[in-house]
Amino acid sequence: MNALELSDVRKIYTMGDGSDVVALDHATLTVADDEIVALVGPSGSGKTTLCSIAGGILSATEGRIVVGGEDISDYGDKQLTKFRQEAVGFVFQSVNLVPFLNAKENLTVVDELGKRTGKAAQQRADQLLEELGLADRKKNLPGQLSGGQRQRVAIGRALMNDPKLVLFDEPTSALDTELGEQVMELIRTEMKQRGISAIVVTHDERITQFCDRSVNIIDGHLAA
Amino acid sequence: MNLALKELRRRPGRFATATLIITLIAILLMFLGSLLDGLIRSSTGAIRAQDVDAIVYSSTAQASFPRSRLDVDVRMQVESLDGVTEVGGIGLVQLGARVPGNGPRDLANVALFGYEIAPKGVPEPPADGQAYADEVLEVDGVEEGMTILLGPARTPVEVIGFVSDTSFNGQGGLWTSEATWRSTLSENRPDAQLADGVWQALVVRGDAELAERIDAATDGATDSYTVADAVNAIPGVEEQQGTFNQIIGVTIAVALVVIGLFFALLTVERLSLYGVLKALGAKSLTIFGGLLVQAVVVTLIASTVAGILVILLDVVIPPGSIPIYVSAGSILSSAALLLLAAAVGCSFSLRRVLSVDPASAIGTTS
Repeated sequence: MNALELSDVRKIYTMGDGSDVVALDHATLTVADDEIVALVGPSGSGKTTLCSIAGGILSATEGRIVVGGEDISDYGDKQLTKFRQEAVGFVFQSVNLVPFLNAKENLTVVDELGKRTGKAAQQRADQLLEELGLADRKKNLPGQLSGGQRQRVAIGRALMNDPKLVLFDEPTSALDTELGEQVMELIRTEMKQRGISAIVVTHDERITQFCDRSVNIIDGHLAA
Repeated sequence: MNLALKELRRRPGRFATATLIITLIAILLMFLGSLLDGLIRSSTGAIRAQDVDAIVYSSTAQASFPRSRLDVDVRMQVESLDGVTEVGGIGLVQLGARVPGNGPRDLANVALFGYEIAPKGVPEPPADGQAYADEVLEVDGVEEGMTILLGPARTPVEVIGFVSDTSFNGQGGLWTSEATWRSTLSENRPDAQLADGVWQALVVRGDAELAERIDAATDGATDSYTVADAVNAIPGVEEQQGTFNQIIGVTIAVALVVIGLFFALLTVERLSLYGVLKALGAKSLTIFGGLLVQAVVVTLIASTVAGILVILLDVVIPPGSIPIYVSAGSILSSAALLLLAAAVGCSFSLRRVLSVDPASAIGTTS
């Protein structure tokens, strides 16, 4: 089963003056299980729109979206919220950890917002932090962590709900080259170890070497 | 909810300003409420203490003792009414009292009542020349066994004991026999003296809904009230309540606006965080619930601190200097009103929380 299947997906925004802007035009993309795809394109090309649609954050205007076998094309807001709780993980551009929660709580917040499994979530958070090399940092607030450690916490948060697909939005944009490469190495290792698929949105061609393949997007059109 | 409580615990500084402002508003609200209770209590105690089913004034008196006159014929009409079991006369004269040990101009304000049916907490009428004094007069130096001199005629009355919560129009109640009241009235207010058998008002025990039947039986010569209605009919009481309630209402409105603005600002500040939480699967109502919890907790803390401070203020203020009456009921009702204001004020942010787009967590333009 593929982790993601996008078929002829369009996203059209209607602007304030009534005109339409096509952000994504007949995009078709398949991400296989265990595959890491770099989605490369300049600013405004539609890569974040594609990422948002794949993650159930945005609804497509047209087309079919299947994530891990689940067709979310016609999902409403409530169904998409539940889908996001259970099926996908996100790592945001500026990490966006909750500043007043410590590292472990930033992971368990996913459970608090969703299934509320309690003790099982605590154990999973401990295990993930251990695997990410942050066992001794779990009580630290984001402000007490380095940039790389914060990225690792964000990756741990994305993995908390055991997702079928993790979406990385410009994960290295705020990092220097060396740290950026370390983070991409970490992403690759963690995804491959767990057999989880990922889309890495970036405008930096250098990080594509850490992905299985690259897909370019320009003006809303995908090109392999 | 856990998230909201953790933020409160770990970032108390963020809520300090709002908590301080709400505490000040809560103090104002509780102080005003206690002041209103104190004023009403000191204005109405003598009427509230009446253990009867109706209080009868003459029809043109507008529930004022000095304006009311009820003669023997009216009394007989009331006594003969079906369902009436007991009728007693009651009369009032408000005077300044000279208290031994106080300066010649340092008068204690007293409301001297002559009565036939003992109010709640007041013994049967004492012997002539004696009186039970309300305990608020202790502040003026009145003591048991002391003889005080009433009015310009300096009529002597011996205080033989104290009763509580029987003040009238802000003056300490003094409860005497009919004869003492009549003699004090005629000596100090000769223009207001009454013939034997004529009372200013009657207190009546009997069936329920007696008041209307009494007025019908006396052919409109009387104006009768239940005790509760008589309390509200005391000249000035409704006006006092109305004025204070308006001030309290405005204070609650200010609290509502302060809480609303604070949480609206907090929401604006957190829009990006809410976007992230929504992207992670948080429902709008979960986020709003967190805001509501924070508003309620901040208001509870502010109300608790304010309640304690108002109680301390009550202890510190010299008794009798301000007519303040602090009660748990008043503090709790103020806290409940503030909590309601917090919930309503907080709800101003609901629309903004609902409108947060999870897509804002990752942007939609690239």
